[in-house]
Amino acid sequence: MRPPPFRGAKKEAAELMPWFFLRGLAAALALLLFLAPARAQEYEALLPGLAGGFAQQAETVERLGLLGDPRAIPLLQAMADARLLRLADGSFAPQQGAAPPEGATLIRINNRVRGALRGALGRLQLVSPDPAERLRAADAILRNRSAADIPLIEAALARETQAPIRARLELALGGARLASEDVAVRRAGVAALGASASPEARGQLLAARAANAELLPEIEAAIAAIDRRLQLRRAAETVFQGLSLGSVLLLAALGLAITFGVMGVINMAHGEFVMLGAYTTVVVQEICRNIPELAPWSLPLAVPAAFLVTAAIGAAMERGLIRHLYGRPLETLLLTFGVGMILQQVVRLAFGAQNREVISPEWMMGTLLLSGGIAVTQNRLWIILFSLVVLLACFAAIRLTRFGLEMRAVVQNRRIAATMGIRTGRVDAMTFAFGSGLAGLAGVALSQIDNVSPNLGTGYIIDSFMVVVFGGVGSLMGTLIGAFTLGLLNKFLEPYAGVVLAKVAVLVGIMLFIQRRPKGLFALKGRAADQ
Amino acid sequence: MSGTGLYVDGVTVTFDGFRALNALSLVVEPGELRAVIGPNGAGKTTMMDVITGKTRPDTGIVRFAGRDLTKLDEAAIATLGIGRKFQKPTVFDALTVFENLELALKAPRGPIACLRWVLAGAARARIEAIMEQIGLAARREDLAGLLSHGQRQWLEIGMLLMQEPDLLLVDEPVAGMTDHETEQTAALLRGIAGTRSVVVVEHDLEFVRALDCRVTVLHEGSVLSEGSITHVQADPRVIEVYLGR
Amino acid sequence: MNRRLALLLCVLALAALPAFNALPAEHPLHVPDFLVSVVGKWICYAILALAIDLAWGYAGILSLGHGAFFALGGYAIGMHLMRLIGPRGVYGHPVLPDFMVFLGYTELPWYWLGFDWFAFAFLMALFVPGLLALVVGWLAFRSRITGVYLSIITQAMTYALMLAFFRNDMGFGGNNGFTDFKELLGMPLNTGATRAVLFYASLATLVLVFWGSAHLTQTKLGRVLTAIRDAESRTRFLGYNVTQHKLFVFVLSAMIAGLAGALYVPQVGIINPSEFSPGNSIEAVVWVAFGGRGTLVGAVLGAFSVNALKTWLTSVAPDLWLIVLGLLFVIVTLLLPKGLVGLLRRRGS
Repeated sequence: MRPPPFRGAKKEAAELMPWFFLRGLAAALALLLFLAPARAQEYEALLPGLAGGFAQQAETVERLGLLGDPRAIPLLQAMADARLLRLADGSFAPQQGAAPPEGATLIRINNRVRGALRGALGRLQLVSPDPAERLRAADAILRNRSAADIPLIEAALARETQAPIRARLELALGGARLASEDVAVRRAGVAALGASASPEARGQLLAARAANAELLPEIEAAIAAIDRRLQLRRAAETVFQGLSLGSVLLLAALGLAITFGVMGVINMAHGEFVMLGAYTTVVVQEICRNIPELAPWSLPLAVPAAFLVTAAIGAAMERGLIRHLYGRPLETLLLTFGVGMILQQVVRLAFGAQNREVISPEWMMGTLLLSGGIAVTQNRLWIILFSLVVLLACFAAIRLTRFGLEMRAVVQNRRIAATMGIRTGRVDAMTFAFGSGLAGLAGVALSQIDNVSPNLGTGYIIDSFMVVVFGGVGSLMGTLIGAFTLGLLNKFLEPYAGVVLAKVAVLVGIMLFIQRRPKGLFALKGRAADQ
Repeated sequence: MSGTGLYVDGVTVTFDGFRALNALSLVVEPGELRAVIGPNGAGKTTMMDVITGKTRPDTGIVRFAGRDLTKLDEAAIATLGIGRKFQKPTVFDALTVFENLELALKAPRGPIACLRWVLAGAARARIEAIMEQIGLAARREDLAGLLSHGQRQWLEIGMLLMQEPDLLLVDEPVAGMTDHETEQTAALLRGIAGTRSVVVVEHDLEFVRALDCRVTVLHEGSVLSEGSITHVQADPRVIEVYLGR
Repeated sequence: MNRRLALLLCVLALAALPAFNALPAEHPLHVPDFLVSVVGKWICYAILALAIDLAWGYAGILSLGHGAFFALGGYAIGMHLMRLIGPRGVYGHPVLPDFMVFLGYTELPWYWLGFDWFAFAFLMALFVPGLLALVVGWLAFRSRITGVYLSIITQAMTYALMLAFFRNDMGFGGNNGFTDFKELLGMPLNTGATRAVLFYASLATLVLVFWGSAHLTQTKLGRVLTAIRDAESRTRFLGYNVTQHKLFVFVLSAMIAGLAGALYVPQVGIINPSEFSPGNSIEAVVWVAFGGRGTLVGAVLGAFSVNALKTWLTSVAPDLWLIVLGLLFVIVTLLLPKGLVGLLRRRGS
């Protein structure tokens, strides 16, 4: 497509200026385009041409397209669909209904006009009020890669406020400039593309290498810059994924850090407690569904509900079964594994073996786009926050409450604690209930990102134990650091080794780590560690 | 008779900032019987842990038989000729008195050697002799779990003797014993010393007096006083530590 | 003497099964095919139980990953059986097994070399589990990982292996594992005669492993292991290199488990990664616990009784099996710490 004659002057101006001044110019131009009455008049003046001969129609359409007035969109669209009417008063309107009104004539077009319409519509949609349409138009123009689009894109950029569309437009602008005949414009295009962090820009630059021998060093530098940014973004996204996995591990392992780390009770049913927490979320959601005013609160309500349900089951299990096996860890392990098996099967019989759906509330859905194009899913962000809140609550419960004090006393010296009037049995039950309740909280969080099924917990239990062992038994701080270290390690290894081998590598890594620090990162030393 | 003494020099052990041993130095002559006393937390047990390789010191050396023990693990130290009797009697309850002693017998310790092990006449005679010495010959086929507290302590000493150690470390051997058993134990230990060095850690001053040997008093991880029991008991610093300030 | 006679009678009763199976179907003493193959499976389980009991009951090493050794043994023989299919596969490739053709392999991976030879595959069924146990055990025992820590590490080991074997690019058939075996040592599988041969081979192995284990526990090594189980640190102070002893029994136990797996796979005709699932290993531990750990008879008795219960229950009320198995864990730990053998002894005395 040949550039229309009136653009020539501006193009010459562009050659004289550094490229970044162009933006200012474009903005000013856009202001002129859309606000100046002269432009509005031009629009009005152009319209009658739509009813002219085919050659005049085509030229009018083209000029309307370049004018960039969104009012033209419905008219041109109707024209393309052969539905545009010229009314008796000389104005134009799309045909509504089957028959044209009195005195109206249908505008007919030929193939040449149709071609002009396609081009004009594609441009005009860039200024459409509908953001989805604008995005589509931006994508189309991005594929087009024609130097003729440069002013148009600049105009659109000047008034565009939505970040994703702006990003597409910037890309399109760079691409369009690359197609220019003018070396300076192409150089500006290379620089613009090089400033992005998009694989498409990289592709465009790669494709442009052959035709731009004189710009090769710049292009190579731009590609390298994009690669750096892409790498950085990938790293940032990996960090986020790692933090997300770490937060899940932290939630699942916190309860273990209490029951295993503090009490020394190895609870293989811990994963099933997590599963029960997730199913409690399902049940709470079902109940809330029938009460409209509660429906949006189902997830916040599920948090205390899951804690209480799993804590109650934990307390019952401790008093009824585990208590008889204190000091026999291997038997406790087998016992709790059996209980876990029973819980899993009971849930399977009660709720069915298939996955249950949990609907996330609206404020947890969607993706946040951080600067640099880093995509962050909201539900995972919430879970990271939630895990930290739960951790803080744990610290507070252990350090600040009477229960925490009694718990620490019993752990340190059961006999003396008993002589001080602490009912150690009750403290045991409460400690275990606390740890189990934490598992329930993990279940609520997991229900948002994983399938809720009876074997939900089995996938997490081994990893959680690894976290506790790695972090150092009996240390919440160790659990925190262990969880996030393992989460990050897993996610950083995955691109190289794949999900499964990354897991295997982490397991082997932990075994090797234990060689050097048999008691974990935050080990107790001295006599207390000898038990 | 035995030519190996124990030489502890400048040993410091810290647990989370707490100094369990503080530049402890101690020399035990070959064949000597030595009692180590001190209040709770003076570092007596930690000292034993360091000598037997259970705890690694932060600084300092422990020499025995020409080797630095801080570089060796428990099994290697045991093989070198140091036997330890723990505070809590730990004999193998699921094995008989005879089997307990047989396990302690000086013999190749590897798994294959154990698999092919046949009890020869000389070894059997040695076990019999030790059973006589510790007074448990009549209970040879009984499971160790069935013995009384005092008998378990003797069995453990017997197991130490089976290893023919050059140095015996004995941690509170008479805790929980009757007076009669205590006397017998003192006699037993006096009989053992002379051929081997013996270090006894004990609270019970009557028992230490009955041992009739050189006494080292530990306090806050280092040596406070050393000498005969009469000398030590007259030392004002010891009196202050024991009787309070 | 009495006890030996009872054991001998049990072995003879088991040995009679395939013989009665050979009787004509209408004969009153005829034993149906399925019973022979089911009992043949149980015998393999009993060997696995003995392996676990040696490590746990005698040396106090509670491995929750013995299913992995069992599965590795099974995979080794499975590889041999796959190689024997030859061009009879669905794709008719002269060398590659079907799944490899399907996944686009052009030649046999190097680690498949040699598996066309039975003796090699059989040795690998012992060697690979043994090597794995050596590496894991060395790492664990050396740094004094004991008790529940060791249990969790071994569980993680079998879990990791399960994940790995699920992958197609491991070259072990991924999800589907190996199946559609045709023959072994020139005998077509799925005939009564082959079933009988495999049954007797398993029974003979069980007797041999039982006898060997009984002998081992009577030696000084057996007493050292007991000592380690009850007071590991004390044993170390006696001058025993506990790591070596534990490693010895752990590797031996893993090799026995591999042997059990190698006998198992030709009988059931399939091996896939679910054999590595941690649940399998811990279920096997319950056989031993239920029968009575620390006694060899208990391990065998437990394997037979729990699996008999399982076979019966999964046909009558499949939904209940997992609950009953869970209850079994609870009962054994709370009420029957010495298992069936302990119960019988108490009755006896």
